[in-house]
Amino acid sequence: MAIPLEQILIQTINGIVNGMILALVASGLTLIFGIMDVVNFAHGDLVMLGGFVGAATIATTGNFWLALLIAAVVIAVFGAALQVTTLRPLIGRDPLTTILATFGISLVLQKYAIWQWGPSARRIQEPITGNFNLFYLQYPWYRILTAVLAAVIIGALYLFLRYGKYGIWIRATTQDRVMAQAMGIPVPVVHTAVFAIGAAMAAASGVLFGPLGGVTQNIGLDFTLRAFIVVVVGGMGNLGGSILASIFISLLEAYAALIVSPAQAVIVSFVALILTLLFRPTGLFVPTPK
Amino acid sequence: MRRSNTAYWVGFCIVLALLIVAPMVLPEFWRRFVTEILIWGLLAMSSDILIGYTGMISFGHSVFFGLGMYCAAAALLTVKPPNLWLALLYGLAGAAAVATFVAFFATRLREIYFSITTLVFSQIFYVIIFTWTEVTGGENGLAFSQPPFSIPGIWSARFTPETLHWFVLAVVTLSFLLLRRVTQSPFGMVLQAIRENEPRARAIGYSVERYKIVAVMLSGVFAGLAGVLYALQNKFAAPDFVFFLVSGEVVIFNVMGGVGTLVGPVAGAAFFLLLREGFSRYFTEYYLIPVGIIFTAMVIFMPQGLLGFAKRRLNQ
Amino acid sequence: MLTLDGVHTYYGKSHILHGVSIEVQPGEVVGLLGRNGVGKSTTLKTVMGLVRPSQGTVTFEGRSIGGMAPHHLAHLGIAWVPEERRIFRLLTVMENLRTGLDRAGITEAKRKSMLDKIYASFPVLAERQSQAGGTLSGGEQQMLAIARAMMLEPKIILLDEPTEGLMPRMVGQISEIIRMLHREGVAILLVEQNVPLTLDASSRVYIMEKGVVRHHAPAADLRANHAVIHQYLGI
Repeated sequence: MAIPLEQILIQTINGIVNGMILALVASGLTLIFGIMDVVNFAHGDLVMLGGFVGAATIATTGNFWLALLIAAVVIAVFGAALQVTTLRPLIGRDPLTTILATFGISLVLQKYAIWQWGPSARRIQEPITGNFNLFYLQYPWYRILTAVLAAVIIGALYLFLRYGKYGIWIRATTQDRVMAQAMGIPVPVVHTAVFAIGAAMAAASGVLFGPLGGVTQNIGLDFTLRAFIVVVVGGMGNLGGSILASIFISLLEAYAALIVSPAQAVIVSFVALILTLLFRPTGLFVPTPK
Repeated sequence: MRRSNTAYWVGFCIVLALLIVAPMVLPEFWRRFVTEILIWGLLAMSSDILIGYTGMISFGHSVFFGLGMYCAAAALLTVKPPNLWLALLYGLAGAAAVATFVAFFATRLREIYFSITTLVFSQIFYVIIFTWTEVTGGENGLAFSQPPFSIPGIWSARFTPETLHWFVLAVVTLSFLLLRRVTQSPFGMVLQAIRENEPRARAIGYSVERYKIVAVMLSGVFAGLAGVLYALQNKFAAPDFVFFLVSGEVVIFNVMGGVGTLVGPVAGAAFFLLLREGFSRYFTEYYLIPVGIIFTAMVIFMPQGLLGFAKRRLNQ
Repeated sequence: MLTLDGVHTYYGKSHILHGVSIEVQPGEVVGLLGRNGVGKSTTLKTVMGLVRPSQGTVTFEGRSIGGMAPHHLAHLGIAWVPEERRIFRLLTVMENLRTGLDRAGITEAKRKSMLDKIYASFPVLAERQSQAGGTLSGGEQQMLAIARAMMLEPKIILLDEPTEGLMPRMVGQISEIIRMLHREGVAILLVEQNVPLTLDASSRVYIMEKGVVRHHAPAADLRANHAVIHQYLGI
């Protein structure tokens, strides 16, 4: 069964595009885990909420870019509030408790979304329509734009962490929370800020993903699951690793979708997770610790 | 110690008596409700072995439950006349097989990774059940008829709602007694030692891997049993019950009721189902919003669950 | 300036400090000696707010600080140089210093002068400015840990076993650094196992045993009277 080359190429690009969106979600998740040992079960639901807020903004203003900005800000604030009320009291407790707490939050958020916006999917119009010619086929510009935007946001995050004033605070807190406090760094505030940043990135993904897959309540669990897989395969707390893993996993799924149905292609990423946990538990893209 | 033990068994007998009488006095809807609490309670108990006693949070119990359900369905659909014991056998065997598979991972992965992996399993399983329509009926599931209660060669009688309830009650009670025996045994003590401080348990010389494997097998088999009971009660098997949410709900039962108490999770199941019943009157399908909030609040403020909370109150 | 009075501290169920009372005056160098495990580090950690005292009071400049968060204490003027140094290994030397330097109210000019001064005192750090903290040698890391603490312009530095694991030549350098800090008017609460260094640098010394202060004397007395040292430290 020969698969035409164009299809493979198209799937490659699709894989990269999806991978970049996933990378945006996963980097937030891995950042949060790295700095406060919180496995945020509700992270995918933040993506979903971002999508809905974005859709609502577009419905009233018609401006995609405004929607992107507003969704990011609103969800960032929401995320900060969430962290302060539900996660701060859990610091120092068993890390599995945070999974349970964020799981509870995830349930509430999912049902809230249905209550607030109804069960039907929302559509977000892409800001640039039109396709360009890729071999004999048409490929949408928007998809390329999505990948570029995601890359820009992640790049900005990297620069901020590396060179920004507060970037040092975040990196120090991630490495040694106690010593960071002893140096006068207000660690609780840093935690909240990082959570908010992760939430903002998740929300942005939700809006970017909107024109591609629609906005429904189900995408929450889907993104959470995929993001978990990516974070584990890429190495927990490892930003670069999760980006590579996102693209890797998305490519695998894209290629698998050529052979089986998309619903079943998901299994590929699950298998990747299991294999990683068995053979390279610290992550596929992490140099082997000495 | 003695005094609280007697109090415990007195309480147990009272509850048991109430449950026996229940189908005779309750309207059908509530009778079914109580039977369901028992089944979910069994599922929650099985999960407690892992969460409360060994310290491994499994988000994958829907797999064992679902396998029990679907394998029982397989037995009831493929072998004529439908045989109760065969259904039980198929269901338990299926659950045990998967439990072995999961047990393998349990020994190699630490806490969070184990939890995430069980979550992933749960979803893989769901996808398989959902898409393998020829075998599992896909979205629509499988419908079958209830087998009679039969002792081969001697007697056979169809279940009535009351007798089915008693059958379920008997199975669940026996399971509870068995599990209780296990958790109070030296084996159970070692499991708790593993939960408290795994490296130390290992240092003392316990083969932690072996204990974990047995714990997972035990947990999986009883979860499968719950699945078989559910299939018997409802006469169908559907992918909904294999969806991750079921695993999540089980964890909720455990936490709400109090992990590590065996009785707690059953109480948690009852509490959750009652809340759901009550809230759906006012919130319809959004009952999960207030229930979810209550759950999250309990994780933060009442981590020892209802039972732990009650225990503390009583001790004061 | 810093007073601990009857402080009891627990780690979980372990009762580590059984009523510790210690005092440090402004600009003083006070030594805290004792065998391993008597609670010297715990005493420092209690002051730094890393462990909460279950009983007793900790007062700094007249204000009760028991239970305050560590980052507030750093702003009040208490700096901590822990036993394991705890350099931020993945941050550069410069970035390590910045964790203390990047504070409100520090002008660009002040930053420059502070950095110049610290690099003058610790030339090796100037050389290794852009290197990751984890690549420094033990002695260099110790200097970085102290330099980093100095970036906070503290009124008191809690120094936990600065000479541990260092070569003799470096021990001398640490001694010199302590003298320098003293000249600048920074108080030091020095926990050490190196008795001669401690007696030399401190004006007063406390000796701890099993979570309590057993002996307290001016360093001069202890220098003259070795028997006490021998009794509590077996040296």
